Amino acid sequence: MSGNGNGNGNGNGNGKIMTPDAIVGRLESGMTLGIGGWGSRRKPMAVVRALLRSDVTDLTVVAYGGPDVGLLAAAGRVRKLVTAFVTLDSIPLEPHYRAARERAASELVELDEAMFMQGLTAAAQRLPFLPVRAGLGSDVLRVNPGLRTVTSPYEDGEELVAAPALRLDAALVHLNRADHLGNGQYLGPDPYFDDLFCEAADTAYVTCERIVDTAELTAHAAPQTLLVSRHAVTGVAETPKGAHFTSCAPDYGRDESFQREYATAARTPETWASFHTRFLTGSTEEDYQLAVQDWHKEQR
Amino acid sequence: MTTPTTVTRADYCVLACADAWRGDGEVLASPMGTVPSIAARLAKLTFAPELLLTDGEALLIGDVPAVGARSAVTEGWLPYRRHLTMTMGGRRHVMMGASQIDRFGNQNISCVGDWRRPSRQLLGARGAPANTLNNPVSYWIPRHSPRVFVERVDMICGVGYDSAAAAGPSATRFHELRRVVSDLGVFDFATPDHAMRLVSVHPGVTADEVREATGFPLAMSDEVPPTREPTPGELRLIREVVDPSGLREREVPTA
Repeated sequence: MSGNGNGNGNGNGNGKIMTPDAIVGRLESGMTLGIGGWGSRRKPMAVVRALLRSDVTDLTVVAYGGPDVGLLAAAGRVRKLVTAFVTLDSIPLEPHYRAARERAASELVELDEAMFMQGLTAAAQRLPFLPVRAGLGSDVLRVNPGLRTVTSPYEDGEELVAAPALRLDAALVHLNRADHLGNGQYLGPDPYFDDLFCEAADTAYVTCERIVDTAELTAHAAPQTLLVSRHAVTGVAETPKGAHFTSCAPDYGRDESFQREYATAARTPETWASFHTRFLTGSTEEDYQLAVQDWHKEQR
Repeated sequence: MTTPTTVTRADYCVLACADAWRGDGEVLASPMGTVPSIAARLAKLTFAPELLLTDGEALLIGDVPAVGARSAVTEGWLPYRRHLTMTMGGRRHVMMGASQIDRFGNQNISCVGDWRRPSRQLLGARGAPANTLNNPVSYWIPRHSPRVFVERVDMICGVGYDSAAAAGPSATRFHELRRVVSDLGVFDFATPDHAMRLVSVHPGVTADEVREATGFPLAMSDEVPPTREPTPGELRLIREVVDPSGLREREVPTA
């Protein structure tokens, strides 16, 4: 699929604007999906929720994992996970992912964080691998028998791990702002690896808190906040609070009380069923956001 | 004199962790856990002013706020991509935790049991493989027990001396485990075969207690010295400046 198959912005008023459900409509079972953000930070949760409303399954998920992985694993959509960790940050262990691992529900490719970064970089640069020191001497090599080493052709002769390219069928990232062409902007302190995810993918979908005019992007922000460029973006969707309950600084922080509710719901099949019924069975993202608002009112 | 004279176990732990960064120069101190975070701040305020510290997110801070308090001065930008690159460049000394650690310093934070179907899934390997091969690494273990200090770890995340040696010169080139601090004592790997050695016991702890709480034979001399005493200045900084709300006592409660 072409990177800008939805129009190039010349004379097309809507550019690449889509809905989260339309994004999921472009995804297919069996695909390799890269999910941006890091842990419980700036995750494209609105698209993850749209995925849960769809029939798309049998996924290979590539992520610095947080509740995106937990939700997809709890719903049985993950065939294979490629990651260095799964965490909720303020709650160190992701309980839904943990339960899935303890029943060996999916295949795992466990990598080191730096090795993962090199793999994404290799994919973005269309290289088969990039060398990295990390992994040597560790059980990352034991549990991934397919990982190979490479010997430096220079006089040092060092033997290093060849981190394989993490090429993606589709990337999903959530940013603070974007324009209708898919230029994406982060306004928080950390870009994470969202640009690399988009560049490592055949198709990339950006959701954002607000779609604004292109000129408005840098009206009050420095140009280096423009993280993702439209040539690497297939579609863009406005999903206010679309990273909820993960953080999306500076628009909002992590919803810690709701995250605790999500985590404790993992305790029994009954508590999870009840959480799922209340928050995840609506037919739109708006249903979810309203259910969360109601829940917060009850907590007061 | 109203200054409390009792130095708590948590105080000794902070001190022993802080000493890990002594002499490191202009590198990033990367502490994981409450006591190491207090310790890195103490080190910077006293004998290691050149250390770099982060706010725990993406900023290098130019001041030394109390642990848990907001920084008012930013001196640099360190998002994850640059943090990982800095690790690979070696200008960093990290103090990690360990769910399991063995005699040669192999560390596990990934899972307990068979990796294919663990009895307890933990964090995952995270950055431990890169950390241990690229920059100096120390460990902080708040509850010393035979379940943590094990004969063999279930999944090697942080690379120990025996594993690095077996993997060859690219693995050993920048590999260096500095020290392990637990709630019972201080340990290093300065033995002929790089097996873990008891360096000092925190006052109130005996070498026998440490031996019993350790799941492998521990090297030690006949007379194990006590962990050093804090100076009055250090004690004041810990109590009044770096950790006035006593978070360290929650991680290492006084028995």
